[in-house]
Parts: sequence; C-alpha cells; structure tokens
Amino acid sequence: MIRYIRHAAVLCLLMLVALLVNATRVQVVNSDSYAANPANRRTVLLRYGQPRGNVYAGATAVTGSKDTGGSLRYQRTYPNGPLYAPVTGYASQTYGSTLLENAADGILSGTDPRLAAFPLWNAIAREQNPGGQVRSTILPAAQQAAFSGLGGSKGAVAAVEPATGRILALVSSPSYDPGSFAGTSRSDVAAWQRLTSSADQPLLNRAIRQTYPPGSAFKVVTAAAGLDSGRITDINAATTSPDPYPLPNTATQLTNEAGGCANATLLYAFQVSCNTVFAELGDDVGLSRMVSTAQAFGFNDKNLGIPSRVSESVFDTDMNAAQLALSSIGQYDTRATPLQMAMVAAAVADGGQVMRPYLIDRETRANGSAVAVTRPKALRRAMSSHTASLLQQMMVNVVTQGTGTNARIPGVDVGGKTGTAQHGVGNAGTPYAWFISWARPKGSGTAPVAVAVVVEDAAANRADISGGGNAAPIAQAVMRAVLGL
Amino acid sequence: MSHFLLPVAAFGSGGAGRPGRGRAGDTGRSGGAASGTGGAGRAGEPGGAGEPGGAGGPGDPGRTGGTGGSRPAPLPAVRLPRRRGVELSLLAVAVLISVYGYVAVGLAKHGAVPRGAGGYGAALAVLAVLAHLAVRWRAPYADPLLLPIAVLLNGLGLVLIYRLDLETPGNPAAPTQMVWSALGVGLFVAVVVLLRDHRTLARYGYVSMAAALVLMAVPIFFPAINGARIWIRLGPLSFQPGEFAKILLAVFFAAYLAANRHALAYTERTLFGRLQLPTGRVLGPILVVWTLSIGVLVLETDLGTSLLFFGVFVVMLYVATGRTGWIVIGLLLAAAGAYGVSTVETHVHSRIDNWLHPFASIAAGQGAGQLAQSLFAFGAGGLLGTGLGRGHSILIGFAVKSDFILATAGEELGLTGLLVLFLLYALLVERGYRAGLAVRDSFGRLLAVGLASILALQVFVIAGGVMDLIPLTGMAMPFLAQGGSSVVTNWIIIALLIRLSDSARRPRPLTAETGEIATVRPVEDDER
Repeated sequence: MIRYIRHAAVLCLLMLVALLVNATRVQVVNSDSYAANPANRRTVLLRYGQPRGNVYAGATAVTGSKDTGGSLRYQRTYPNGPLYAPVTGYASQTYGSTLLENAADGILSGTDPRLAAFPLWNAIAREQNPGGQVRSTILPAAQQAAFSGLGGSKGAVAAVEPATGRILALVSSPSYDPGSFAGTSRSDVAAWQRLTSSADQPLLNRAIRQTYPPGSAFKVVTAAAGLDSGRITDINAATTSPDPYPLPNTATQLTNEAGGCANATLLYAFQVSCNTVFAELGDDVGLSRMVSTAQAFGFNDKNLGIPSRVSESVFDTDMNAAQLALSSIGQYDTRATPLQMAMVAAAVADGGQVMRPYLIDRETRANGSAVAVTRPKALRRAMSSHTASLLQQMMVNVVTQGTGTNARIPGVDVGGKTGTAQHGVGNAGTPYAWFISWARPKGSGTAPVAVAVVVEDAAANRADISGGGNAAPIAQAVMRAVLGL
Repeated sequence: MSHFLLPVAAFGSGGAGRPGRGRAGDTGRSGGAASGTGGAGRAGEPGGAGEPGGAGGPGDPGRTGGTGGSRPAPLPAVRLPRRRGVELSLLAVAVLISVYGYVAVGLAKHGAVPRGAGGYGAALAVLAVLAHLAVRWRAPYADPLLLPIAVLLNGLGLVLIYRLDLETPGNPAAPTQMVWSALGVGLFVAVVVLLRDHRTLARYGYVSMAAALVLMAVPIFFPAINGARIWIRLGPLSFQPGEFAKILLAVFFAAYLAANRHALAYTERTLFGRLQLPTGRVLGPILVVWTLSIGVLVLETDLGTSLLFFGVFVVMLYVATGRTGWIVIGLLLAAAGAYGVSTVETHVHSRIDNWLHPFASIAAGQGAGQLAQSLFAFGAGGLLGTGLGRGHSILIGFAVKSDFILATAGEELGLTGLLVLFLLYALLVERGYRAGLAVRDSFGRLLAVGLASILALQVFVIAGGVMDLIPLTGMAMPFLAQGGSSVVTNWIIIALLIRLSDSARRPRPLTAETGEIATVRPVEDDER
C-alpha cells in the first residue's frame, strides 16, 4: 500500500505542477495581452483614478480635471474649450483622445515610464505616477487674436516662429467644447452626436487636418523655384509672358484679375498677383524643379507630426505642361494645410530654412521637473538665402502697395501674399481666401512670427471673398499679438 | 514539491535501517520482513531529523521491558519529540501574517489601520490557542505543521474576504465567516478531544454512507441557487450538506476498501501484459459510486462535487488495491459520464464552451464573462501583485468572495503570493499523505489518503477552473473561500489528519514480550 500511496502523491505533485505552470501562463505570459483586452476595465479605472495632468499655454492651464465621484473618477474639463480645442484636442472617457491629449497621453495620464523618479521603480512598487504637465508653444494672445479674428466663420489660422518652428497659434473654426463630451453621461453622448453630425464639421482641425487649394499664395513657392533655378535673376527685369497666357497644348486662355501683367516684372507680377506670369514661370522652371522646391518647403511629406499627424500637403509629381502651369498658381490639384502655408511664409522670413513645426515645448513631471524638452530642428533648406531676401522684398512690396495692404503694421516690416483659390467643379465653389505673411520689427534681423490664414466662409458674397479683404486683417491681428503691439 | 517528497522517500529507507541500531540480533532474525514496507510504520520517529532526545535510560516506562530478555545491550532510551513548541511558534507566525494582511488592506484602502484589526487578531489568536491546547492535550504527537497551515490559510481567507467587503458596503461577509471559522475550530477541538482512536470510525462505515446519501439528497428538495441544487436554506442560514458528505464518504470508502481490498485486488485478466483488469464481479462498487456521482451531477447540477467524489474514490481504490486497471476504468467512466451529461445538460455544456473560449463573449460584444474577468484579475497581478486592497478583482462580480477568491489573491499578491498559497496547500496534502504512510492500519492509511486527496483535488479543481486550466466548476477553495459549510468541513478534515498523524507518530506501548514483534507487526497489519 505504501507504494501506491506514493504513486497517488505523485499524482498530486503533477496537479501542483500543472497549477504552477498554468499560473505562470496566466500571470506572466498572457498578462500583457489580458491588460490590452478592450473588455478589461482595469486600464480605464487606473487611467481615470487620478486627475489627468494639464496642458499649458504660456502660464495658463487650458485644461483641468473634476472629481465625478463615479467609478471613472476624474473627468477632463476645459476652461476655455473652443479656443484651445484645435491645440489640446479632447480626452473623453467615452470617445478617446486626439491631438495633444492623445500625443502626450502617457505624460498626462501618468503612465509614461519617464515620469518615475527612479528607473524601474514603478515596475516594482506598482505605483502610478501623478499625471505630468505639457507646456505647449502656444502664445495665448496670438491664439485669442486668431480665434476672435475668424469670429466663428469657417477657416483656420496657423502661426509659427520662423527661426524655431514653434507653433504660436493654431485655430480652427467653427470650434467645439471638448468638455461637452468628456464624460460618459447621456448629455455627453448627445453632444458628441450633435458635433459629429454637424455639416460644419466642428471636430475637424482645419489648421492641420484639412488641405485647401492654396491659390495665389503658392506663387511664393513658384517664385522661389524661378529665382533659385536661375530662370529669373532680377526681380525688376521684365519677363516674357503673354496676357492672356494660353495653357500649353490647350486652347484654354489663362487670364488675370489685375492689369499690366503682360511681360511684367516678377516684383510687379507678385505685387498684383498675375496668374499668367507665374503659370508661365512654373512651366519654364519645369516639373522636376517645381516638385523639388515644393517638397523642400514641406509638400508631399506624409510624416510631418507636431507631434500629432499633419495631413499631407500635395504638389503633384506627374503632370503635363498645362497642369504644371495651373499648379504653379496653386490650382489644379495642388493642396496645402494652413500650417504648411505658414511654413512657406516662415521659410522666406528665416532666410530659406524650413524648421520643423512643433507644439510641445516641454513635458514635465507633476512637480515641474522636465521629462523632455523639444529642441528646434531644421528640416530642409527651401531656397538660398539670397533668394529668400529677394522674396522678402517682394512680400513686403505686396503689403506696402499690393494686394495685402490690410496687413500693414506701423513700424514693422510685414511681408505677405494673398490668395483667392477657386475650387469645386467648374470653380463653382465659394473661393477660399488666403493670406500668408510674416512680420519683423524695423531694424531687427529676425521675424518673430509667420502666419497663414484661410477663410472659407460660404455665407459671404462670392465676389467679396479675397485674401486681402478677408484673411489679411486676421493675419495682422495675430502678428500684432505676437509682437505685443 | 519534489523536496517535500524527499523526506517521504528518505522515510521508508530510514525505517528500514532503524532496526539495525543496537539490535544486531534482531536484524539477523527478522531480516526481510523488517527491511520491507514494514519499516515505514515506525519510520516517523527516527526520521525526526536525528533527535534521539536525552538518555531516559531505565526511567522510560515503555522501554524498560526491552532491556530484559536475550539482548546483548540495553536499548538506548529515546524520548520522542512532540514538537508542540514548534507548532505554537508557527501558529504565532500564522496569526501575525494574517493580522499584517488585515492591516495592509486597511492602510491601502483608507490610509489607516482598520478599527477591527485588534479584534480580528485576538479572535484568530484565541482560536489558534484553543486548537493548539486541544492538540497538546489529546494528540501530543501530531504533525506540528497541519494546524499552523490551516490557521494561516483561514486567516488569509478572512483577510481577502474583508478586503472584498470594502468594495461591497452593506454586504459584509467577513464577520459571518469569522463565526463559521470559530464553529469550525470548535468542531476541530471536539473531534480531537472526543475521537481518541480513529479506528473507531471504521465501525461506522455504512452508517456514514447512509448519512452522506441523505445529506446529498436533501438539497434536491430545496430550490436551486445559481443553477445548482446544493444548498439548504433555513431562514438566514444556508449551508451545503454536500460538504459534510465528503468526509462521511471518505470514511465509508476507507472502511469498505480496508475490509475488501484483497477481494478487489484479485484480477483474472491482463491487458498488454501490465494493465490488470479487475473481475467483473467486483466492478460493482465502482459502478455504484459512479452512478452516485452522475446522480449528483444530474439532480443537483453540481459538476465540482461529482468530480471530487469520483476522483477521491478512484484514488482510494487504487491505493487499496494497486490495480492500475481501476484507474483506467475510472477515467473511462468519468469521460463517458462527462460526455454523456454534457450533451444533455446545457449547464455543463456551457462550462466547457467557456473553458475553451473564455473571451467568446467579448468577441460577441457582450463584455467580459466571469472567467474572462477572473483571468484579467490574475493577469493584472503579474509577478508581484498590485498589493492588498489595490486590485480590481471585484469586477468579477458574483461569487468573487467564494469560488473566485483565488483571483483576488492572484491579483493582489501576484504569482509570488499564489505560489506561496499553492505550496501551503501542497504542504498540507503532503503532511496528510505522510500520516497515511506512517499510520499502521489500513483503514487509517486509506482515510488519511482520502482526506488529503479531497483537499488536493478540491484545490486543483477550483484553482484550475478559475485559471482556465480545466472547465470551471463551483467549489470552495479550502479555508480561503467564503462559505460556512466548507470552512467547517475543512477544519474537521484537519482534525482527523491531526488524529491520524498523532496515532502514526505516537510510540506504541512496548512490553517485554512484544518488544521484538513490534518491528514485524506493521507488516502483518498491512497484509491483514
């Protein structure tokens, strides 16, 4: 019997081994996949069990948290929701997160391992760090100026600091209050449904996620290509360009809004925005040179992030001569985000250097000690510094005596370019009004701000829509705010 | 667990070598008989890690007779260690660990030592001391590990239940469980004090069976609770008579098998040369028990108890007869029964589906089922656990304090804590088996093996169930889970194991006449 008792004991041993192996499978091997299962509520319970860290614009917190007392304890609040929604995005207990709330989620929710005071400590102590802070590059005054300037009409504003790429303002209009659907209640669901079904698409961040035909504002790129390629060496010399200009290999005649465009100088053509001169110039420069210049400015870049993804601005790489001519004046299928056009203006202001735009200045722990600081980074050179200085002259000329006089600021060198982009089938859509510009206090070597404004207000009279009329005053207000004037 | 088995292995050979010491003449004479299995009967005493004790010499009353006769030298007097001091120290450790857990829960949840901590610690200490005194009085040679392990598991169970109570305000279970634990310890004391010799129980084999059948049959006439007819509800009290039936059936099996094991071991056919099949005539009992298990399963829809009864019976049958054929037949019958019932009973069928696809309900958009929640809890624990009071095992919902209590342990104490719990159970079972090896009579051996196997199978079935190793069946984790009947039953099991281990380690009264027979006697007893 002794032998058989031992055999039975071996059976018990086998059961113990099976339990231990299985426990290791469940608790160690499968642990991560269980944690990642969407039906496992531990992640959200932990996430909402502590107040979320805040996003700052300047010294002001533009987000907050409130204690709901429910099982998902802390809910996001936004003291000035619509103003900063294009920057912060939303962090909803029901609908997830976007933009900064999403990009810096690890810091804000406290899950980022870098928040730990000592490496690996959290893995051992199983402590959750308090949510860290995200200091944005946004300048509250500029943001407010852009938001008020748009005044609820459809459009977007992006402003950057040319020398660094810091994003100073990022506004999309109409906006929304991200706090209205931050929780899980019925009213949150209703607010979300109202916003997602609205024809105005308030949740769309037009500044970085919508592309528009840039229209005449794109002539800055075409001019840079013409000057850099050596096709034009003197901006005051007459060009050889007919008015109207027959698009190559077609019967279509391209015309101008302004007069005096036949064989106009580049300076004058830029000042009054001659379509014919720039269409001809684009064709003259050629597809490959136009594409490489556009790409140097940032077009056709799928990977741009601020850190949230920025929609790709497009300059077609496979076009015939007529299409290239139209693309050179920002039509055909050329499309750009407002942020991209702000980068174009910034490149001119910064001597031809394109800086990587960024929205997060630094990420810190709850006590304010830095976790990560963003350093400015040069992306590409869009043009030579000589070309840049010529373009600066041309853009200043537009504001002093051309289409952009509405952007003038006393005592400040302002360079700009208007655009009024046709779109829709047979150009039947209401045109988009563009204005891109930069401002540099007289006597100063650097421009502290470059801005791009697009207004797509369908409610306005079609004839009244123009870059100089609708967009330039908004750009002026933003530049004033940055300059502190 | 291998290191637990080592002493067991050493134990047989130690016993065989033992008679040689100071008894040269003996070894020469009884030779083969003494060095065989018979040595095991006495092995426990010298196996006590070389503690021959002081030289009692002629003062030892039991040994005085041995010095006479034809022996060349007087026996070295051995005072057998009782180890009651060890037991008491281990009990103190068990109580302290439990109180520490209780305090840790309070600190984690409210940042303060919970108000009941003192009372809880005092109550547990009083119960432990009472049990210890009973053992010291009436079972002084009992295994010193059994009681501390039981107290520790019971204490930790109370901590876990108290911890879950904090998530369900207005529905506390820990105070009730404390009362049941006290009742359990009371019965433990009663058994240890009143049952002076376990062999008394062998006389009541058939009575036990009848009582067990009645206990199991009664709940059929009560309404089903949560899909199983295993409860009797009388006012606010509800208990599961099937829990008590476990012990009664183990007693019956042990008595029946001890009496009939030679007949049952008789084989006439062999399969593949090794596998010995029992004769058709003696298949009767196993078929009866099988039918009983299936009956429990169908009438009470209680898969766990059914599995447990059948498993324990097969193990005991094998130990009694040594016939592997029984095991094969048992497994085949179990498989056939399980298959047959699962095709008929949706209750059982869904358990199997759930076992194979624990996350099916998530894929179907219905959220995580109980088993999935249990796995999430274990997974969240990881290697070191979240710490007591910091997990979310309450998400499991229904039965989180009873069947799923292990998930709370797994989440908050981690794989490390779970490992400790499993090893505590393994140690408990091993001590039971060791008592089975050391006790001298067949009934005692079978009873010890049966009781230890009940604990082992119960842990395996419920731990394997909540961790998706085997289909989930409702069953209480011994001592840990909420459930009065269960904790009381387990205390009685520990009391019986204490009694068995005491009788195994207690020195037998030797007289001058029987002195040399003592070495041989266990062999006779075993073959009887």
